[in-house]
Amino acid sequence: MSVIYAENLTKRFGNFTAVNCITFSVERGEIFGFLGANGAGKTTAMRVLCGLSKPTSGRCVVAGYDVARETEKVKRSIGYMSQKFSLYEDLKVWENIRLFAGIYGMGDKMIALKTEQTLTHLGFEAERNTLVKALPLGWKQKLAFSVAIFHEPEVVFLDEPTGGVDPATRRKFWEMIYQAAERGITVFVTTHYMDEAEYCNRVSIMVDGRIEALNTPKNLRQRLNAPNMDAVFQRLVQAS
Amino acid sequence: MLKFLIEKEFKQLARHSFLPKLIIVMPCVMLLVMPWVANHEVKNVNVCLVDNDHSALSSRLAQKVSSSAYFNLSATASGYSEAMQSIESGKADLILEVQPDFERRLVREGEAEVMLSVNAVNGVKGGLGSSYLLNIVNDYAAELRSEQLPYMGAAASGSFQLQASYFFNPSLNYKAYMVPALMVLLITLLCGFLPALNIVSEKESGTIEQLNVTPVGKLTFVIAKLIPYWIVGFITISFSFALAALLYNLTPVGSFGTIYVFIGVYILALSGFGLVISNYSNATQQAMLVAFFFIMILVFMSGLFTPVSSMPQWAQNITIFNPLKYFMQVMRMVYLKGSSVAELTPQLLALCGFAVFSNTWAMLSYKKVR
Amino acid sequence: MATKNNRRLSIINYQLIVKEFRHIFRDTRSMLILLAMPVVQIILFGFAITNEVKNAQVAVFDPSKDAATTRLTERIHASRHFDVVWHLSSAAEAGEVFKEGRVNLVVVFSENFGENIWRTGEATVQLIADATDPNQAVTLTGYASSIIADYRQELLAERSIPIRVKAQVNMLYNPQLQGAYNFVPGVMGMILILICAMMTAISVVREKETGTMDVLLVSPVKPLALIFSKLVPYFALSVVNLITILLLSVYVLNVPVSGSLLGLTALSLLYIFVSLALGMLISTLVATQVAAMLASSMALMLPVMLLSGMMFPTENMPAILQWLSSIVPARWYIAGVKKLMIEGLPIASSLKEIAILSLMAVALMTASFRKLKNEH
Repeated sequence: MSVIYAENLTKRFGNFTAVNCITFSVERGEIFGFLGANGAGKTTAMRVLCGLSKPTSGRCVVAGYDVARETEKVKRSIGYMSQKFSLYEDLKVWENIRLFAGIYGMGDKMIALKTEQTLTHLGFEAERNTLVKALPLGWKQKLAFSVAIFHEPEVVFLDEPTGGVDPATRRKFWEMIYQAAERGITVFVTTHYMDEAEYCNRVSIMVDGRIEALNTPKNLRQRLNAPNMDAVFQRLVQAS
Repeated sequence: MLKFLIEKEFKQLARHSFLPKLIIVMPCVMLLVMPWVANHEVKNVNVCLVDNDHSALSSRLAQKVSSSAYFNLSATASGYSEAMQSIESGKADLILEVQPDFERRLVREGEAEVMLSVNAVNGVKGGLGSSYLLNIVNDYAAELRSEQLPYMGAAASGSFQLQASYFFNPSLNYKAYMVPALMVLLITLLCGFLPALNIVSEKESGTIEQLNVTPVGKLTFVIAKLIPYWIVGFITISFSFALAALLYNLTPVGSFGTIYVFIGVYILALSGFGLVISNYSNATQQAMLVAFFFIMILVFMSGLFTPVSSMPQWAQNITIFNPLKYFMQVMRMVYLKGSSVAELTPQLLALCGFAVFSNTWAMLSYKKVR
Repeated sequence: MATKNNRRLSIINYQLIVKEFRHIFRDTRSMLILLAMPVVQIILFGFAITNEVKNAQVAVFDPSKDAATTRLTERIHASRHFDVVWHLSSAAEAGEVFKEGRVNLVVVFSENFGENIWRTGEATVQLIADATDPNQAVTLTGYASSIIADYRQELLAERSIPIRVKAQVNMLYNPQLQGAYNFVPGVMGMILILICAMMTAISVVREKETGTMDVLLVSPVKPLALIFSKLVPYFALSVVNLITILLLSVYVLNVPVSGSLLGLTALSLLYIFVSLALGMLISTLVATQVAAMLASSMALMLPVMLLSGMMFPTENMPAILQWLSSIVPARWYIAGVKKLMIEGLPIASSLKEIAILSLMAVALMTASFRKLKNEH
């Protein structure tokens, strides 16, 4: 059963076509990698799927709701972590968690319980009262991810979650992604790191607003006769 | 949901490096300094005397002028051109020139002349200054007549008395007039500017995106943004009530209840406009400039410094759309005349209208999708 | 350092200046406001806002109804300050009409007014003003008394009563007593400081906030060049504003430039420079745009409006505020503009103002450069 379904999705800004008639679907529990060069249209497509941006044409369904018509219902079922770190820097770690949990309608007791769990899970007990702006980047990203899935959404959209993060933290971050996927949360992730693409169940590669390839990493390597995902990506980009 | 959003706004406000200080410092500065400044009273007009007569009568006139509360005899000059220098250098505002044969003509011909030259760059000061001096000259002449012509009796000095009295504020206490209006200015600056900067700063930091993917509704969002300013406004105004009572012994003739009713509505109306500006702006600098532009016009056209009634009709028509004007009227009427809500119904309706209008607009202009 | 690099390191960096202009031009909305601000203010102050009283509503209680009271009432009505709109049937009614807010001034004549002037000498005219606004009340009674005083002079002259002092009044510089003559210099002082200081401060702080300042600081550009490039566009904008204000005041408000245009321009450029320096100093002292805005509005706008003599005469203020007002640059600039523009005096007359402003410019520039050097 598909959790994300996009059909002929197009987004134009004036004369510029950022997303050009893309069609794809993502299955429940899948880790779906959304690859592409800078400016290929990944972020735009993701913003359309989240209901942050209106498509010029085409249709998309997320978590069983039509994004154009049932935007608010979609929002209840998704989590989102934007490319730019966007938790409140002037709030403490626990205050950020509390705010977003509260927004999704959790009660005080539930929030307290889950906050403890999350902080323990992240190993953040000592940082509970730290202002978010004082955290190192890798920690911020882990916190942002935890906040994005705090309300157990059906889908979580991650826009370059590991940009600028050190390799050790990146590995931990992917462990968290796997744990979320095991719980049944569908992960829709964009990245520039080709080693990360290997971790995905399936990847799509966007070039100039179109999806040039969509398959499992293994199949893509075989089809293009490439040793790794890096080579797959280079070949597809050069071909167009 | 609302509870959490409001909690967040307060935490951010409290943690801000500048705003909490501002909320305390601004009422103090405003109420300590401004009442001393904001009056148009014409006093201490500097007079330069050119006495070409040097007679007993002319020096008596000079004495009469200098003993008045309105004038200081700051300079004397031997001729008009010398006196003009003191006007040009700013030492004097007014030249009183007595003609050479003043005393002789006054006694022999029954009429003599003085000449007033007033620096009228500031028209009101020039106009009032000269009219005060004219009154002194007239009094002086009347005094002389009753001394010199006793046989004609009081009646024949051809005079009548002129009395002036003042209603509502008999001691002409300027502070009683300015302080309530300054409170309006204070609230306007705080509850107009801060909301204008709020949403746009979330846009700049990117946190608005995170809120936009959540199910927070437009109404909830706007209310969560409004309530903190509402409370800040109430605290600030109560603080300034206390300051006014302490510093100037000023308490409203009417009731505080009336004032609080109006403040509640007024802050809503104003913060709504602030949020509208914030919604349309892309950068803090832009939001500030736009807010500044409008607040400036609203303040100048509110009757704070200059009366609305002396504006031309077209300008008075524009002030119908100025919420500041109504609230300014309310504060002054409650403080000085003791008006009640019933007497201020038109103002209340107008402010409610503004509140509904601005907040609806704020809600509609908040775009979760672009 | 090789001569080749020297050009790049001079304090004028065209690329940076062009970048600043781009920032300003790209934000159409802000630019429109910056350009429209002087126009709107000139229109407001020239036409809408005035502390002059025109057509104040007057009610008269006249139990005598004789030639003298009729003539006096007509005189009051004929003045541009007053409109007699109401005749009261008793003196007590004054309280009511004030409460309703329909009239600003009530004139009460005593009984048998005209007769008593000559018979008992006890005729009285009472002026009762609504002093909710004391400024207006005092102005109104002032104008009304001078009308009545004129009338008194006439009476004396008609009956040839001796010992009359005639006064000839001569309004210098502004014979029509127009408010604009006083406001135009004030608006100039306000607009220029707003655009120069506030905008410069905010745009420098914005680069600090977004982190682009660091990028520029690690480049071979000198900090001085960086600051200089921030100042140039706002300097240019201010000059445009200055021209707008002068054109509007001459052609729309009919406030002439009676003195030397050259002197006025020189004084204004000096003032713009002081404002820019002030903006720079503020930008080195605060960390966020909001703080920059609030600091400049609290430290610049309010003092300019209140302490510069633009709206309120400075001589009535308590000594401490008068002293405070002398550190407000706008005060000196406005005084200078009044001399050069309105009073038409030679440049020599405003040497004091020029000296003070120059001193301020030097002091502010030194302070902010020192601060900037310490930071980096």
